[in-house]
Amino acid sequence: MTSDKSFYEFISNGVPGPEQKVDADNAILPARKLAFSRFKELGLPTIKTEEWRYTNIQRYLKDAFTLAQEEQGTVTAEQLKAASIPHLDSYRAVLVNGRLQADLSVLPSGGKITVSKLSDAAGNPQLQAWFDKHPHLQSQPFAALNAALFADGLFIEAGTNATLDKPLHIIHVYTASTNAFIQPRHLVVLHKSATLEVIESAVGINDNAITFVNAVTEVVLEENAELWHYNIQNTVKNSRHIHNTSATQKADSRYHHFNFTLPSAELTRNNLSVALTGSNTETNLHGLYLATGTQHVDNHTFVDHLVPNCNSNELYKGVLLDDANGVFTGRIHVNVDAQKTNAFQQNNNLLMSEKANINSQPQLEIFADDVKCSHGFTVGRFSDEALFYLRSRGIGAEAAKSLLVNAFAFDITDQVHIPALQDFLAEKIRQYVAGAINN
Amino acid sequence: MLTIKNLHAEVDGKQILKGINLEIRKGEMHAIMGPNGSGKSSLSSVLAGRENYTVTQGEVIFEGKNLLDMSPEDRAREGLFMAFQYPVEIPGVSNLHFLKTALNEIRTYHGLPAMESKEFLKLTKEKQQLVDFNANLMNRSLNEGFSGGEKKRNEVFQLAMLDPKLAILDETDSGLDIDALRIVAAGVNKLRSADKAFMVITHYQRLLEYIVPDFVHVLYNGQIVKTGTKELALELEEKGYDWLKEEVHQKESV
Ligand SMILES: Nc1ncnc2c1ncn2[C@@H]1O[C@H](COP(=O)(O)OP(=O)(O)O)[C@@H](O)[C@H]1O
Ligand SMILES: [Mg+2]
Repeated sequence: MTSDKSFYEFISNGVPGPEQKVDADNAILPARKLAFSRFKELGLPTIKTEEWRYTNIQRYLKDAFTLAQEEQGTVTAEQLKAASIPHLDSYRAVLVNGRLQADLSVLPSGGKITVSKLSDAAGNPQLQAWFDKHPHLQSQPFAALNAALFADGLFIEAGTNATLDKPLHIIHVYTASTNAFIQPRHLVVLHKSATLEVIESAVGINDNAITFVNAVTEVVLEENAELWHYNIQNTVKNSRHIHNTSATQKADSRYHHFNFTLPSAELTRNNLSVALTGSNTETNLHGLYLATGTQHVDNHTFVDHLVPNCNSNELYKGVLLDDANGVFTGRIHVNVDAQKTNAFQQNNNLLMSEKANINSQPQLEIFADDVKCSHGFTVGRFSDEALFYLRSRGIGAEAAKSLLVNAFAFDITDQVHIPALQDFLAEKIRQYVAGAINN
Repeated sequence: MLTIKNLHAEVDGKQILKGINLEIRKGEMHAIMGPNGSGKSSLSSVLAGRENYTVTQGEVIFEGKNLLDMSPEDRAREGLFMAFQYPVEIPGVSNLHFLKTALNEIRTYHGLPAMESKEFLKLTKEKQQLVDFNANLMNRSLNEGFSGGEKKRNEVFQLAMLDPKLAILDETDSGLDIDALRIVAAGVNKLRSADKAFMVITHYQRLLEYIVPDFVHVLYNGQIVKTGTKELALELEEKGYDWLKEEVHQKESV
């Protein structure tokens, strides 16, 4: 399915529904149909849509795209190496254009943790129970579009008390040689007291064509489950990303989400939302965005305190260069009976050029009275004095800036519990600063 | 080692240095004194390469090279060090990591390999003792939350680690109690050698009891108005600066 001109027009009016998809996953066809009619109802956002005020999505959809359904693509060992994280000891799930490639992957086996294609799990009761059910996804047109027409993705299930001896690294590789609109979809279910570390990273191989990724990840944490979820976005310039990640947390569960947006995708829009449906939960949302050129990075987060005694803590930090544009919207909802809620939110930005820009806003909706909530927002510029101090000790301008950016990002990177990932991020920051200076 | 000729510099369009002439040779200890606001910190800033100062006239030759043409980092790599009057706090950059980076960048500049961790730690230990620098501060963020005295000691500790040819100490003594002053001065004295030189900026002659200078210069209104030996410092301590200011004004009106 290809739009000959504006894809925006095509998916608004011309795109056929999911009826024709009657293959292995027809168990979820009814859900796809529902999602499709929801998408039709919601329509695509414009800049008049409140949640899309600062991100003109029409601009990024005006090109022609192929709605990639069956694209296979091949990846060489070398390309895969470029996508890996040095010294990271992990399992590995490689997805090429959203499809799991078993021959390139090293998956856990024999234990209580399964990693499979979502399409192979269509009949699984977990999928029946959770697919496209998250309340926060219901109002998101891109999530609805994804549910209706996604090609494939991962289904990860960890049984009661299950743990893995090392993290699972999900590597997304995008290979399209003509403009492609790719829709991966994942469901992660951790049963009671299961724990898991998941790292997602993405690479684009072809910078001649535009890759538009519209991804959805649904996360379910049953009682006392714990998930460390790292998402690293560092694909090529010619790529555009909309990611909806929605988690449901039951009692005593812990969700640690990290989002790293690194150069240089031209558009990144993350909708991260967490519904707290059981008490005594812990939610840590950490974000770091480094943007250069004309990159546009938009993080919308939503923490929904539905029940008493839950703790959420959110820290997003951004470093913006050149003409880069940042958007942060942090919504916290505290339900009328969600007493004893602790909800903290902080967004700090470092602008390294006159033309870089950030729009940041908290949205606090607090209906309970016995709660502790706070939010804060700062924008700073680079300290010339600190830079001079470092340079006066023989540290070159580039290394000095890199030290300072690392220092700014430290609160976030310090929370990363995987040393190889910490090193990887430090190196990315170094490259980012070097790129910025050599520009 | 260092030759300053007719140095004029301004900041924010304001003329601060108005024709400085100074010659510092290997092995020498020069003290610079003078009232507040006379341009002492400005002189050290210009030498270290602080970018908001503009040199409008004159030249500075350091070890045969034009110092003013170099970036701040290259000046440091060539062997110039300035201990800041107000050391900067840098949250998130550990003291140790900072020093290691600095040391290795200087080594790279001179074509030397990075220092082995073991050797680096040994050196660190040795130099910490020299200025009695609290080892617990090493893993903390650079100067963050340090007391005034700790910051000043850290400056001298860095000086000891980086081992420059010419060290400029900008009021390193202010903020130190008498015991700390003695320790720091003893440290500096240990670093003195025939092929190194020091420029020590101070308000008080008490530092010069411990660090005995070869020359004392008085900076006033952007110029060196008097040069003498350590006795000049004593004289200033006794009589203050007013008599010198008057002398200058009389000369100007002649
Ligand atoms: N950034 C600046 N802008 C304007 N004037 C400055 C600036 N920095 C220093 N000065 C002025 O330069 C003069 C010399 O200052 P300084 O070098 O700090 O003197 P000292 O160290 O001898 O006390 C003072 O009059 C001071 O106000
Ligand atoms: Mg001063």
